[in-house]
Amino acid sequence: MPTNIDLKALSQLPDSKGHFGPYGGRFVSETLMAALKQLEETYEKLWRDPAFQEEFDRDLAHYVGRPSPLYFAKHLTDKVGGAKIYLKREDLNHTGAHKVNNTIGQALLAKYTGKPRVIAETGAGQHGVASATVAARMGLECQVYMGAEDVQRQALNVYRMKLLGAEVIAVESGTRTLKDAMNEAMRDWVTNVDDTFYIIGTAAGPHPYPKLVRDFQCIIGREARQQCLDQTGRLPDALVACVGGGSNAIGLFHPFIEDENVKMYGVEAGGYGVETGHHAAPLSAGAPGVLHGNRTYLMSDEAGQIVGTHSVSAGLDYPGVGPEHSFLKDTGRAEYVDATDEEAMDAFRILTRVEGIMPALESSHAVAYAMKLAKEMDKDQTIVVNLSGRGDKDIHTVAQIDGINI
Amino acid sequence: MSRISSSFEKLNAEGRKALIPYVTAGDCSPEVTVPLLHALVEAGADIIELGVPFSDPMADGPVIQLACERALAHGVRLSDVLDMVSEFRKTDAETPLVLMGYLNPVEIMGYENFAKNASEAGVDGVLTVDLPPEESDEFNQIMQAQGIDTIYLMAPTTEEERVKYICENGSGYLYYVSVKGVTGSSALDVQSVSDKLDIVRKYTDLPVGVGFGIKDAESASSVAEVADGVIVGSVLVNKIAELVKDKAQIAPQVSAIIKDMRTAMDS
Repeated sequence: MPTNIDLKALSQLPDSKGHFGPYGGRFVSETLMAALKQLEETYEKLWRDPAFQEEFDRDLAHYVGRPSPLYFAKHLTDKVGGAKIYLKREDLNHTGAHKVNNTIGQALLAKYTGKPRVIAETGAGQHGVASATVAARMGLECQVYMGAEDVQRQALNVYRMKLLGAEVIAVESGTRTLKDAMNEAMRDWVTNVDDTFYIIGTAAGPHPYPKLVRDFQCIIGREARQQCLDQTGRLPDALVACVGGGSNAIGLFHPFIEDENVKMYGVEAGGYGVETGHHAAPLSAGAPGVLHGNRTYLMSDEAGQIVGTHSVSAGLDYPGVGPEHSFLKDTGRAEYVDATDEEAMDAFRILTRVEGIMPALESSHAVAYAMKLAKEMDKDQTIVVNLSGRGDKDIHTVAQIDGINI
Repeated sequence: MSRISSSFEKLNAEGRKALIPYVTAGDCSPEVTVPLLHALVEAGADIIELGVPFSDPMADGPVIQLACERALAHGVRLSDVLDMVSEFRKTDAETPLVLMGYLNPVEIMGYENFAKNASEAGVDGVLTVDLPPEESDEFNQIMQAQGIDTIYLMAPTTEEERVKYICENGSGYLYYVSVKGVTGSSALDVQSVSDKLDIVRKYTDLPVGVGFGIKDAESASSVAEVADGVIVGSVLVNKIAELVKDKAQIAPQVSAIIKDMRTAMDS
């Protein structure tokens, strides 16, 4: 890591215009500018309001079930042979992933701004389920945009959303995946901006979303930091999290930014291998550009068109990434690597068999890299892996890969 | 004086309003575009907005999304669009031409490169949908250095303080989006447009074009009563879509729509 960066200043970003260095910002059409400004003002006020904080904390404790455990994966550690691997069990949250930390927060913002309708985009369906869940609880109308291809591969979550009272809209445009769902959600928001709150599912999009989603997700890192101190008497040596848009990763990383000895590894989807071009790894193989309201690393071709991505996990199948990760990469504070479909599948099977924990395919990418990393580290060192979601939703995908029809 | 300003000045002297058609470059196929632009001018267009196809046109409705997909199926890139402008300029040195699109293709080409290439091709203005003035200090400077106007959007949701800010940053003309929504949205309300334009004119002498929701000669002529320019897109692009299999009809039939609007606006 470069020694000349001011970690305290880095942890206080974004600036007042939503910039993380050259990244982030607010690149949207004019119709949305007023709504984003209003959201920013509401958020800045409420986030400092003790009553809001108390309500948020109470929901996280009694509805989500926080704090989530930090579990020492002894059997996985023994099998790998190397650094001790700890799992931050976001899979044990209500609805089965870290996504709900953010939707609880944004639903409270929707409530305080008096908007009766919420919309969301979703890839794997976890954010859609988490949005439909909070909408059901608060009596809000909810529509979820989902790429038609993802509707196919995540049928279970689609039905879950319907049971919760949400309408799932299959998006047929473009590549029919997460990026197209996000386009369509933006179009809906432009049209219905007066009565609709857009619950963005990841720490990306126009300012203030990358900031507020991060702030809501930072509960992961704050808990993990304290739990690690309590259980091991010191901070971890490394953090590992998967990165699609990057909300679970930034939630884990951010509270450790100033702890300069804690290394951070974001694991992107290597798909069939980054060298094949069929992947979803903009930080590893892309370049800066502008999409979905922010400047960030993107996968686009030499003419600036966004290119199709591939990952076995729908939740990582996205050509962009949250802008804070782009800046953490450029500053060298975090390192970004990838795990292929095959490596993630192996990790899925190993964790399931040795620990009895079935990770989401997204989180399996983090487990895969952590297993590699642990081997290169000493036995007295520790790695905290964000187990961002549970794998129940992926059973069909895994069975299909195994050639089994359920 | 830029082609855009002199065009508005001439119209003003004649007591007429600008008619500004939008088409997506390379829609159906690349060779359709330049003859279509000439036909639009022939039919009475004063300024042309030429859409640069983008894979993720977030502010556009289904009609223009599909136009982008048709153009991209032919591999139409920003550099190809600039070639079309050069081709157009060979026989039309007067009609102002504005590129309308999204920022990423320009980012990837690089602002300096883009400005230089666009200026050489004969582009007069750029309207970048996802680039609000807040993010465009560098962009404005570079475009202005090449004599290219930067045109900004205003919307029904734009508050007065921001109207002033946008007026200070725009050049050429201002584009008022008449409805909340994407391109091709429902019909507009002329009275509310008129009220908003009264506010805009407190802060600028720039001409104001109004777009979104103008579907026929009648709506064009009623908007012309209150605006300096009438911008028409989805209705033309829809016609192009109908004629995908009969490309020879695109220029005559699309320009016929413009001709009707011209007649209604001038009468």
